[in-house]
Amino acid sequence: MGNFFPRWSNLLPLKLAFCLVVLGLAVACAMAYYFTPKYTRVGYMPSQPVAFDHSIHVTQLGLDCRYCHSFVEESPHSNVPTTQTCYNCHSVVQKDNPKLAPVHESMETGEPIHWVQIHQPPDYVFFNHSVHIARGVSCQRCHGQVDEMETVYHAEPHSMGWCLNCHRAPEKHLRPQREVFNLTWKPEDEDRETFYRETADLAGLSYEELLGASREKFGFEEMDEPMSQREVGGVLKEAWGVSPPEGCAGCHR
Amino acid sequence: MPNGTTTADEAMKGPQGVAREPLVLNNRSMNWITERICGVVENRQPLLWWVLFLPSLALAGLLAFCLVYLVSTGVGVWGNNQPVAWGWAITNFVFWIGIGHAGTLISAILFLMRQRWRTSINRAAEAMTLFAVMCAGIFPVFHVGRFWMAWFLAPIPNANAIWQNFKSPLLWDVFAVSTYFIVSVIFWYLGLVPDLATIRDRCKPGIKKLLYGMFALGWRGGNRHWRHYEMGYLLLAALSTPLVLSVHSVVSFDFATSVVPGWHTTIFPPYFVAGAIFGGFAMVLTLMIPARAIYGLQDLITHKHVDNMAKIILLTGSIVGYAYIMELFIAWYGGNKFESDAFHMRILSGPYTTYYYCMFFCNVISPQIFWFRWARHNLWVVMAVCMCVNAGMWFERFVIIVTTLARDFVPGAWGFYKATWVEKSTFLGTFGFFLMCFLLFLRFLPVIAVGEVKGVLPESNPHHGDDEH
Repeated sequence: MGNFFPRWSNLLPLKLAFCLVVLGLAVACAMAYYFTPKYTRVGYMPSQPVAFDHSIHVTQLGLDCRYCHSFVEESPHSNVPTTQTCYNCHSVVQKDNPKLAPVHESMETGEPIHWVQIHQPPDYVFFNHSVHIARGVSCQRCHGQVDEMETVYHAEPHSMGWCLNCHRAPEKHLRPQREVFNLTWKPEDEDRETFYRETADLAGLSYEELLGASREKFGFEEMDEPMSQREVGGVLKEAWGVSPPEGCAGCHR
Repeated sequence: MPNGTTTADEAMKGPQGVAREPLVLNNRSMNWITERICGVVENRQPLLWWVLFLPSLALAGLLAFCLVYLVSTGVGVWGNNQPVAWGWAITNFVFWIGIGHAGTLISAILFLMRQRWRTSINRAAEAMTLFAVMCAGIFPVFHVGRFWMAWFLAPIPNANAIWQNFKSPLLWDVFAVSTYFIVSVIFWYLGLVPDLATIRDRCKPGIKKLLYGMFALGWRGGNRHWRHYEMGYLLLAALSTPLVLSVHSVVSFDFATSVVPGWHTTIFPPYFVAGAIFGGFAMVLTLMIPARAIYGLQDLITHKHVDNMAKIILLTGSIVGYAYIMELFIAWYGGNKFESDAFHMRILSGPYTTYYYCMFFCNVISPQIFWFRWARHNLWVVMAVCMCVNAGMWFERFVIIVTTLARDFVPGAWGFYKATWVEKSTFLGTFGFFLMCFLLFLRFLPVIAVGEVKGVLPESNPHHGDDEH
């Protein structure tokens, strides 16, 4: 019997195996990058029927988020404003601006403006806005710097792993309740005395004890040293007893 | 050619020098063995092959249709629901995975025990194992509902940041079964290499020769090749031996570690393993008795083989029977109200008592006929018992799963489960798939390990014929 496989075929299985391993790794890396919400969702910026500019309304004019998203504190769902809400101002202000044509049209016909939903959790996820806001999770944590966006886009991945990052370590993200809608808040801006007095009041604790315990734990000397997120979040988590669910039934009922 | 420590001549003779029944009858020569086994692959298939293959193919198509129908329509086309969430799907899974146990037992444990009669049945039994495990795998994958999420069973880092529950026996199952499958494939393939080379050498040049040659991995049958091969085979046998016991033990943990009366039993692991070997051997015989007749392999797969396997069926069937009776005894003797009620409903008052009696007859009563030599030597009796056992082992899993789930602690949670035509056709379809794979195996691969069978011939013994000098 002649040898019908040429000599180079001796190494062929090894070479093939090597290529397969490399290919497998490449596919795994590609999947991890291109097929996860970090890539598939972040940056999603659909064009809206009305070119509503958040940066003008929030940063320049100083509108509060709740002026338009008015039920966000009480409701699981954060509402999109009705045309009537726009008309509170725009019946007068910038009335003839062509950008507002769809708003006028909606007002005349009674047909709501079809805003395109950007942040859309799957139907098996029961996300509750009011709970998060009541515990000091800022809008900005999940929606990004909306106050600086001319057109709103998906800023964070909103993957389950991303949710769990915060649920497993909420202290990295909590802030005082009054600052939830202040999208430019920084822990360094926080006044320590006000913070501790307010937190102690809300939680029914003694101010001196809370401050003393924190002084030991977070190691600050002077009251006017800038606060860190670690301190703000840590104190709030303890004082309010924040323990977000980590089990399946917390979000999937 | 794994040669044991005992020489072939010693093995041929009994302790008192009584000649043992030879493993290959009619003094067949090495050439005859090669010609006969390779002939199965090389010659045209008999008409019967096609008669069996085409319906199997059709049934495999039915399987594909049922799965597509299930996925496209929704999980409601299966009858399982609360409280019987497992139903036929898991019954069939345990049934098939159990059948897959004979292969490794024959190839690994009997190899380590130097049971030389294994050589002519191990190849087919291992192939059967692989196909049975494939059939088994279909059920849990589709039973998860959204089967495209079945990859969640594997610990792969994902954007959901969820990880498997390592405390759950259902996860252990995933590892146990996949390990078993991988090791069985490697073991089976390693054993095939020398025979693939034999076929390669006999082929005319062409695509067929190329393919057999590729899979023969350049085997030349040199001394060094055989030495490495035998060492590798021995190591793999040792590696797969614990798997014979572990896989079905882990499957039994699915039930035993729960707190449901009727499942929460320490007897489950050994009872499941014995049952698996029992069912597996029955399936080996079911396939091999017709195959040996169709391809004229009676001199290689002899009455001795059938006899030995029948004895194993008798033994494991009796172990299973002991377990059934012990379950009933403990249910009464243990004094646990829920346990005794569960078994009362299983055998007397529940909706599925018929299944219990079918199971008991098929698995415990029917193999008892193998105490008689004439029964072990009458192939019709053997086939009849094997068919009983095949059915009985399915009934056993049905009894364990469905009767228990349908009647748990609170009468308000009781329910009745009936399989739909989709579940029934899916199960039927797996038989088609299984037979189809096995027939393709017969068609394309040597059904008996040529090299190993030659090793049990008297002339393979280095001292053969010494007496004559």
